[in-house]
Amino acid sequence: MAGVAELLDDKKVCICAGSGGVGKTTTSAAIAAGMAARGKKVAVLTIDPAKRLADSLGLPELGNTERQVDPALFAEAGVETEGGELWAMMLDAKATFDEVVRRHAPDAETRDRILSNRIYQQLSAALAGSQEYMAMEKLFEIWAEDRYDLLVLDTPPTRNALDFLEAPRRLTQFIEGRALQVFLRPTGFATKIFGRGASMGLGVLKRITGVDLLQDLSEFFQAFSGMVGGFKERAERVNELLADRRTSFLVVCGPQGEPITEAVYFHRKLVEAELPFGGVIVNRVHYEDGLPAGPESLEQELEDELGDADLAARVAANFEDYRALAARDRRNVQHLTREMRTRAVIEVPYLDSDVHDLGGLMEINRYLFAAGAEERAEIAAGV
Amino acid sequence: MRELLDKRLVIVTGKGGVGKSTLALALGLAAAKQGKRTIVCEVSAQEQLSRVFHRAEVGFHEVEMADNLWAISIDPDESIKEYLLIQLRVKAMRDLLVNSRIFGYLAAATPGLRELVTFGKVWELAQADRRVKKGRTYDLVVVDAPATGHGVGFLQTPRTFANVARVGPIRHQAETLDAYITDHRKTGVALVALPEEMPVNESASLESQLTEDVGASVDRIYMNGLYPERFPADDVARLEPVAAEENGIVRAACRAAVSESRRASTQREQLARLTEMTSAPVRTLPFLFEPQLGLEQLRELAEEVA
Repeated sequence: MAGVAELLDDKKVCICAGSGGVGKTTTSAAIAAGMAARGKKVAVLTIDPAKRLADSLGLPELGNTERQVDPALFAEAGVETEGGELWAMMLDAKATFDEVVRRHAPDAETRDRILSNRIYQQLSAALAGSQEYMAMEKLFEIWAEDRYDLLVLDTPPTRNALDFLEAPRRLTQFIEGRALQVFLRPTGFATKIFGRGASMGLGVLKRITGVDLLQDLSEFFQAFSGMVGGFKERAERVNELLADRRTSFLVVCGPQGEPITEAVYFHRKLVEAELPFGGVIVNRVHYEDGLPAGPESLEQELEDELGDADLAARVAANFEDYRALAARDRRNVQHLTREMRTRAVIEVPYLDSDVHDLGGLMEINRYLFAAGAEERAEIAAGV
Repeated sequence: MRELLDKRLVIVTGKGGVGKSTLALALGLAAAKQGKRTIVCEVSAQEQLSRVFHRAEVGFHEVEMADNLWAISIDPDESIKEYLLIQLRVKAMRDLLVNSRIFGYLAAATPGLRELVTFGKVWELAQADRRVKKGRTYDLVVVDAPATGHGVGFLQTPRTFANVARVGPIRHQAETLDAYITDHRKTGVALVALPEEMPVNESASLESQLTEDVGASVDRIYMNGLYPERFPADDVARLEPVAAEENGIVRAACRAAVSESRRASTQREQLARLTEMTSAPVRTLPFLFEPQLGLEQLRELAEEVA
């Protein structure tokens, strides 16, 4: 099985998706750096890069626009970029939402009414899916400008990767405010939906919520109503970009049971939604299992070698622990491979230290960009 | 400061994938063992509880899992229904709202309302005098809060909502919840971190947001998954030459030991950073070399968390 370079050959967009805590941000940065090192002009859109990594890339303050990583850093890390460039930006959901409003608002008055509305101000923080959608929106915007060979999107940290796929639908449904038609035109429309007693129902509702909340809501949706068409059209084009054959979803996960189960589930949803699945990256795999089972004599052999029975016993016990984890990881990865019916499974071993500079990303890339599983196993074994 | 488990509500929070659900359960088990009637709440339908206790599903019911330990999976739609039933004393009125789904429409259109009502249920569980008819009184409610994406999310919901609704009963409800969260005698927060750079950074910024912006009491930070220091430096010095040799399994075993020692020491650096960057007491939880955590391991952790 090939590596990331082959998976992304000819692609314009790479979306790294997965549940929280699996190393998505680092993987995204590594992929972007690796493709830049292969001569591409790449931008990575990230949510919250580790500060040390951002600092070490000379990007202490990533804003809502792309900034270039100094090519000299590649040279320092001993990497020949062949004309490639690495750019990075940090996504700001609120700022992006504001940009969307500015772009779609029919006039300055509507724009200001929306931007100053209290419901709107809470939106990007409180509405499920708005962060995810704004990430896609920014991706689309940069993609449409066509300045890069490849865009790598590090998706927002959600509990469930699926939230990402559902974001456009959720947000359009919300923006359409069909629910709110009821409150905008309380008499006729509400009666149609709720039958008789609707106005009484509204009366009760007002008592529970307070009239001002309904008023704010109604103002917000009224102001937004003129933009719904433009917004929906945009969301459709964003969806088209996600489904484009030059887009590739890479599922990132860890080797434990739950991340694996989630990755399998996410993959199935991708397939159902006819979105282009590229491959899966399993981070922090324990590789020790590749070796023959520990012989009964291991402890004795260790003692002969080390000349210390106590140390030998501890080393042997530690090795057993590692092998148990490695055996679990192997089972889980096999399960994943079977369920996804893919050969594009890239395993990255559990490295001894955190990644916090370009050199560290390049270390990960030895695995991500290796020619195949065998080569990866060899690198891991230190052959 | 009161001990964490002596409060009525403990909110377990942290970045995604750090082991919040595991810690919430371990805390629940620890409190139950102390004889406290305890309930652990899941709020985002993860149903991890059912896996550990081998139950079909927990659902929106208070289910007894072990001695003194109950569990519930809080569903926002069910919470909305229940909220209306409690709020509206006149039966005709609440039937009207519940049956017409009109409140559901409002919840769909109002960002944060579902989260508010979910939190409302957590608060209700923590009341000595339950609003729900014949509700069991708990000594302690442990919440496995949703992963923090950015900022403090779940805990900020009531405040956010109080800003959205200026007057009315919902505003009043939001303020009641906010007052409960910021009552340091009643509510405590347990932050979960991992000994890695990102989770440590995030925990430090979470602590300051929770303390300063929300006004909650962060009582404890758990550094989860800490590797044991099995091989001190002089061991490593003896193992390294062997690890570099060409000798199958002996070499691999020594490599694993060197690797364990490196990880353990990298993790100690992160532990030191966490202690330096935060003010709440930091407790460590060991990495368990188990392929999958079950009830037995959770009971083991419960011994360490209290």
